[in-house]
Amino acid sequence: MADKITVGHVHMSGCTGCLVSLADNYGGLLTILDKYADLVYGLTLADVRHIPKMDVALVEGSVCIQDKLSVQEIKETREKAAVVVAVGGCACYGNITRFGRGGQPNQPQHESYLPIGDLIKVDVYIPGCAPTPQLIRNVCVMAYLLLKGNKDQQELAKKYLTPLMQLADRGTEACGCDLMYDVVNQGLCMGCGSCAAACPVRAITHEYGKPNVNREMCIKCGACYAQCPRSFFNFDVIPEFEGIMDAIDAALK
Amino acid sequence: MPLMRHSNEVREMAGELGKYKLCVSARSADKAILKKAQDGGIVTQLFKFALEEGIIDGAIVAGPGDEPWRPRPFIATTVEELMTSSGTKYNISPQVSWIKEATRSFGLDKIGIVGTPCQMQAVRKGQLYPVGLRDVPDKIKLAIGIFCMENFSYQSVKQLVEDHAAMKMEAVKKMEIGKGKFWVYGQRGQVVQLPLKVTHKYEQPGCHVCLDYVANLADVSTGSVGSPDGWSTVFVRTRNGDDIWSKAIAAGCFETKPIEQVKPGLELVTKLATEKITKNQKTVEERAKFGVNKGLRNPYLGPK
Repeated sequence: MADKITVGHVHMSGCTGCLVSLADNYGGLLTILDKYADLVYGLTLADVRHIPKMDVALVEGSVCIQDKLSVQEIKETREKAAVVVAVGGCACYGNITRFGRGGQPNQPQHESYLPIGDLIKVDVYIPGCAPTPQLIRNVCVMAYLLLKGNKDQQELAKKYLTPLMQLADRGTEACGCDLMYDVVNQGLCMGCGSCAAACPVRAITHEYGKPNVNREMCIKCGACYAQCPRSFFNFDVIPEFEGIMDAIDAALK
Repeated sequence: MPLMRHSNEVREMAGELGKYKLCVSARSADKAILKKAQDGGIVTQLFKFALEEGIIDGAIVAGPGDEPWRPRPFIATTVEELMTSSGTKYNISPQVSWIKEATRSFGLDKIGIVGTPCQMQAVRKGQLYPVGLRDVPDKIKLAIGIFCMENFSYQSVKQLVEDHAAMKMEAVKKMEIGKGKFWVYGQRGQVVQLPLKVTHKYEQPGCHVCLDYVANLADVSTGSVGSPDGWSTVFVRTRNGDDIWSKAIAAGCFETKPIEQVKPGLELVTKLATEKITKNQKTVEERAKFGVNKGLRNPYLGPK
């Protein structure tokens, strides 16, 4: 199985829900592990104690900067992985850990948490709390095609991953406010309702066709903006939905 | 056969009409559906057939809302519920807001959804890049797109009907944009037509960057332009759409005519699609230089 890529799961200050989402691909995950990827690291599932070299690191959780080991691990992840993927709202945007401010036993000084992109360069974002099994699956398949596929497959994988790479470039802050700053305020909202469907805490309703965000409920996961068809809409990929979904299905057969 | 060749040329043209396998002029064979339909009753008839055949177990449609002519998206799981959603409401109905809930508390496995071109784009983005839409990608079984030139806010429609057409919202039987006019039909038979020029400033601003007229990403898309009154122009686009459409035809759900044999036909559809896309493409480009050495975001280039 020399042609497989190597993948690791790195657990920072996360809840393991992102890993559960990966596992919720059921048979699909087993197919990925059979054909395309070796899981070389993942403390929840395997007994490898130290971060090895890997093609793709799936990192979940944010980084507590008062926890020396965590800071060391995220730096080591960047050194050891060719591609670093921030999986889930915490790794991408801080998410619920944005609200952390210390004062709890028995480490009351553990008060500052940053998304991994504030400490290392991140290549790809998979936002969402929880991220969807289907998007994690797609990124795994595309990462394989990018690293091991033929020229056409590499081209497709590059096109597919581009907006998720652009999200990583865009920054480490997210909030329901993004819908205001970068969609409504920019004259781009057309009232489709995607943001409300994507929100995991039902903080978004539509009043006369426009999003209304209850910011007291928002947990800053970034799902609404990423799902909005007016955040990114890549015409070189999405109109090919039929062929791409067929290709992913075929890869997992 | 010059007409046939013309149709193939249109099909091969850039993206104006999107990819499609088949284009016809059609109307429902069901009198009850036609009676309430905006045009040929295509959406209602196709969902009714799909519900009855078990192809879908529910459809997200635009039903009556809290105020007259204000749509409310809801999930119809019976033909009776479906029938309450006929007719075009020219203001925003956030259809996609129900797409995850349909797979949750409603427990649907096979979802139908109708919407404008941007809503079809949202559905396809949600299938390929599901961020907050777990389990949705595989459960979309019939996405019906309706042609759309632009949309309005509820307040805009109210302004047009009450101020410009001097009618009460609750007294309106039907609204229609066609033949270069905004038509308002009253319950008691009165008809008011407004030149489209007066409607322009009320358009939803987010529509001005839209590059899709005939719902290119739907399984089946339909609209009034190109076909005679009471009929619809229908594009059958995906393998899935083709499969369902063929079954509906075999079941006698629709009357059809080759699009080449109806007036004004695809030529007008292409003309309007080209106009919309050209105009909005220009808006998208102008946004890049909207300020002084600064511009506005372009979603087609990325999320930044």
